[in-house]
Amino acid sequence: MSLEVKQLTKVYKHQKALDRISFEAKSGQVLGFLGPNGAGKSTTMKIASGYLFPDEGDVWINGVSVVEHPKQVSKMIGYLPEHNPLYLDMYVKEFLHFIASLYRLKGSSAQNQISTIIEKCGLGAEQHKKIGQLSKGYRQRVGLAKALVHDPEVIILDEPTTGLDPNQLLEIRKLIREIGRDKTLVLSTHIMQEVEAICEKVVIIHQGEIVAQDLLQNLKAGRGFTSVFLETEEQLRREWFELLKGIKEIHQIRENELEFLIYEASDIRKELLTVVQDRNLSLLGIRLQERNLESIFHQLTQS
Amino acid sequence: MGRLFLKEINAFFNHLTGYLLLAAFLVTLGLVVWVFPETSVLEYGFADLEALFVYAPLIFVFLVPAMTMRMIAEEKKSGTWELLMTSPLTNSQVVLAKYFAAVALIVLALLPALIYYYSVVQLGDPVGNIDSAGFFGSFIGLVMIGAVFAAIGIFSSALTENQITAFVIGVFLGFLLYFGFSAFSMLQRNDAALFLEEISLSYHYQSMGRGVIDSSNLIYFLSVIGSLLVLTGIMIKRK
Repeated sequence: MSLEVKQLTKVYKHQKALDRISFEAKSGQVLGFLGPNGAGKSTTMKIASGYLFPDEGDVWINGVSVVEHPKQVSKMIGYLPEHNPLYLDMYVKEFLHFIASLYRLKGSSAQNQISTIIEKCGLGAEQHKKIGQLSKGYRQRVGLAKALVHDPEVIILDEPTTGLDPNQLLEIRKLIREIGRDKTLVLSTHIMQEVEAICEKVVIIHQGEIVAQDLLQNLKAGRGFTSVFLETEEQLRREWFELLKGIKEIHQIRENELEFLIYEASDIRKELLTVVQDRNLSLLGIRLQERNLESIFHQLTQS
Repeated sequence: MGRLFLKEINAFFNHLTGYLLLAAFLVTLGLVVWVFPETSVLEYGFADLEALFVYAPLIFVFLVPAMTMRMIAEEKKSGTWELLMTSPLTNSQVVLAKYFAAVALIVLALLPALIYYYSVVQLGDPVGNIDSAGFFGSFIGLVMIGAVFAAIGIFSSALTENQITAFVIGVFLGFLLYFGFSAFSMLQRNDAALFLEEISLSYHYQSMGRGVIDSSNLIYFLSVIGSLLVLTGIMIKRK
């Protein structure tokens, strides 16, 4: 079970949406596909699901090419498109039956599968309601149920949590984590906490190119900058600190507060304190902060 | 594919619009056949339903695109098109399911015309004095016209995300094929005009109204439908 993107290129009229991107997602490993809006996340997912045609490259699902056998691949993929399109006139159960029939599930096996999915997605109480009457959180569950109904091995979720309230967010994330345990799961998002909460592997894409791909822990460790914040009662000047070793950048946050971007191994707090003492300043605070995924994301995707 | 067909039929009757369309069609036909003095069978004095067959295509030009305009355009707009296109259904299955749903609805709308036939049979003097071959020829012709308009409607619905645009294109193409070509052919008398007349819908429809179902007419209808559906298939190809 795997999803392999190879040298994928897609050109819209005047713009290269994807430029030879390659990455791989493996079974039991939730892959977070990150990028600012318009970076090419949805385009990639639309190609992987067989909805769009790439200009170059291919996506391989369990070794089967999406370009050549889109229909064969479609049976192995569960896809939740961006904005979660649903037939609002249909009842939840009716909709799932409709989808099941598109995937050639019939009779009692379809019945069983649908009941299992309804329970798994927590739709038991809503199954006889019209989709149009459901709240956004429940619609999202219906969308997930749709993606799971034919028991696919590879699951592609395009921004599955946009527009949910904090409680719904937690529930959907929990559900996604559960699903991801024994499937290959790729999800796109621009919410960093989500990636930190769900994903093992991260691919960051920016302007159609991959700018980083690694396991989440490696990514956080590898881009090892740490911030130190220093606050005093008096005004602070950058020049006082420029001679210290191990500093990459200094940002003046306020008149009396500086942020020092330092290389990971060098804790400069002691040296900073010496400067503060030498200049006879009254210290208000000094604090070390590890960089999170969010700052890595900013660093990689600001052009 | 069967399920998608049923979904389309359901979707039609899920909204008031569906019933409204059918009601408008039936009321208009009823008025033309029984009430309006210019066309009414009762005033005319002959046991035939020519009025029905002259006016029905005119109504179809508007009715059928109204039935079909949402079939692809709406799904594209709401995004559910992506669900269909990424399912194991092939493009041709999707197009055919939608097309046959449209044809089924048109046949449904035409069924009450059989009651008119029965009424006129009973009104004849002596009872049953009606050109049945002519009626059924025209009836099948009308179903064929509806089927062609349905193909036009599906095609125009595939061209755009906007239902109104799909409707306007559908009406225009239907009008052109039914009235336009035969009217153009009257501008001049030469080979081109003859050709135009022969590719117009009305020409083949009228020829079926004589009560003879000629294979050339059927082949004409089927090939127009076939080409439109193939074009639709091309329009919805993966991009």
